Amino acid sequence: MNGTPMVHADRVSKSFGSNRVLKSISLTVNTGEVLCLVGPSGSGKSTFLRCINHLERVDAGRLSVEGQLVGYRQKGEKLYELRPREAAFQRREIGMVFQRFNLFPHLTALENIIQAPMRVKGMSKAKASKRAVELMERVGLGDKAGHYPAHLSGGQQQRVAIARALAMDPKLMLFDEPTSALDPELVGEVLDVMKELASTGMTMIVVTHEMGFAREVADSLVFMDGGVVVESGNPREVLSNPQHGRTKAFLSKVL
Amino acid sequence: MLNTPGQDAPGQGAPGQGAPAVAGSGPLAADQEGEAIKAIPLRHPWRVLVAVVLVLMLAVFVLDAAQREDFGWADVGKYVFDKRISQAALVTLQLTVYAMVIAIVLGLLLAIMRLSPNPVVKSVAWLYIWIFRGTPVYVQLVFWGIVSLIYPVLTIGVPFMAPWVSFHNDIFTNLFVTAVIGLALNEAAYMSEIVRAGLLSVDEGQEEASRALAMSWGQTMRFVVVPQAMRIIIPPTGNEVISMLKTTSLVAAIPLSIDLYGVSRGISAVTFTPVPLLIVASLWYLLFTSVLMVGQHFIEKRFARGSGQRKADKQ
Repeated sequence: MNGTPMVHADRVSKSFGSNRVLKSISLTVNTGEVLCLVGPSGSGKSTFLRCINHLERVDAGRLSVEGQLVGYRQKGEKLYELRPREAAFQRREIGMVFQRFNLFPHLTALENIIQAPMRVKGMSKAKASKRAVELMERVGLGDKAGHYPAHLSGGQQQRVAIARALAMDPKLMLFDEPTSALDPELVGEVLDVMKELASTGMTMIVVTHEMGFAREVADSLVFMDGGVVVESGNPREVLSNPQHGRTKAFLSKVL
Repeated sequence: MLNTPGQDAPGQGAPGQGAPAVAGSGPLAADQEGEAIKAIPLRHPWRVLVAVVLVLMLAVFVLDAAQREDFGWADVGKYVFDKRISQAALVTLQLTVYAMVIAIVLGLLLAIMRLSPNPVVKSVAWLYIWIFRGTPVYVQLVFWGIVSLIYPVLTIGVPFMAPWVSFHNDIFTNLFVTAVIGLALNEAAYMSEIVRAGLLSVDEGQEEASRALAMSWGQTMRFVVVPQAMRIIIPPTGNEVISMLKTTSLVAAIPLSIDLYGVSRGISAVTFTPVPLLIVASLWYLLFTSVLMVGQHFIEKRFARGSGQRKADKQ
């Protein structure tokens, strides 16, 4: 492992109008690490996740992925905003999974997965399809390639969404509450796929309310509230012995 | 039993008797299944009455019209396949197709302009739509008919300087081209609203997912947003095509008279048989709109993929 962390945030702030949703967030995620971001809704954890692949722009501080500034280019003292094309290039190696899956409903599961490899990487359809079938098998949906999202359960849709993100061979995977929109009995199948992914050494940042998953899989846990990092550390320690009042109050509600 | 004795009469007795043993709850239901309902269906005498009256009225009208001199059915038969009429029908089709194609392209452009972050671009599109939707198409067509008098010479160059190129305005002296432009510019204003509604109907998460996959704005639009927007855009666009086919009859305002209605009017002015030729023109318009309706049905089905009740069996 080299010295450059996968994700490094240095006093990152972000406002929507007059509403400051991120206040000086600093954290580091090393290659191969799984970080779980937890906290009450509105605490800014999803916004922070979206800043990492520049779906939201950062107002202050420095946020970098593999040592490269996200969304900006530094030249001397000055920062230049990246062109959309350059920002898109940075996203090629960052996969993202959304709370509401956001599969393309007019395309079959397989077509969903091959879009980006074909359009962005210029991969041939045959090659992209072959890889897509492998990925579908990996997430346990080998027989569902021709199905449209509307004909899949929530858990199956989310697993297709994970396969879609993996098709770009990302170095970093971002999960934005991947199981929050699922019926309780479907949560397990998605978490199993994520566990398998973590075991292969994928660097992952997971916004979640699944404390069991955090305890079992995460290397570190960050508790956010009101736009600040309240507490962070080893998930087992934070969960069993929270130091901060706000962490205790939150955990007493969700555990 | 609440059934009145009179209800037994109209031949309904049999199912009531035979059912329990055979069809009723036999094969499926276990013993705990409730007794099947065998009620006398509600009668709707008023529905029957209204239907009968309507059919009678229609029959009377048809029989009367068939015998009425003024309809001139013999002339209808004579002119419906007249070469001049079928050629004029072709002109009407051409006007419709050319005007709609230009209107859809321009409408898409205007819709994207209205969604632009640039306030000037946005306002220009709004102004265009305001003017072209806010004035009657007939008035617009009259205007385009005389625009070659207002601008006899077209010039390209810097204002208040000697022009680089200057040529006689031949565009608006060709009445067919003028008609296409007039119809298209008007229709574009409506199309842009249809396209805009379609684009806005696509969930924001779709664009976000596409961007997160490193697709560019153009790819996102082309492969993700527009195909989904089509489901919303197609049905009203089909209506617009049908509407345009009929609106072409207004090109008389330019005045262009080689379209279906123009030619049938021209013939009747000579033969003094206006009614049969109105019927002839109407039959052709009906034929085209009917064909378009069938086409629209199939296109809608095509773009409804992935939604609705379709079976998930496509591999």
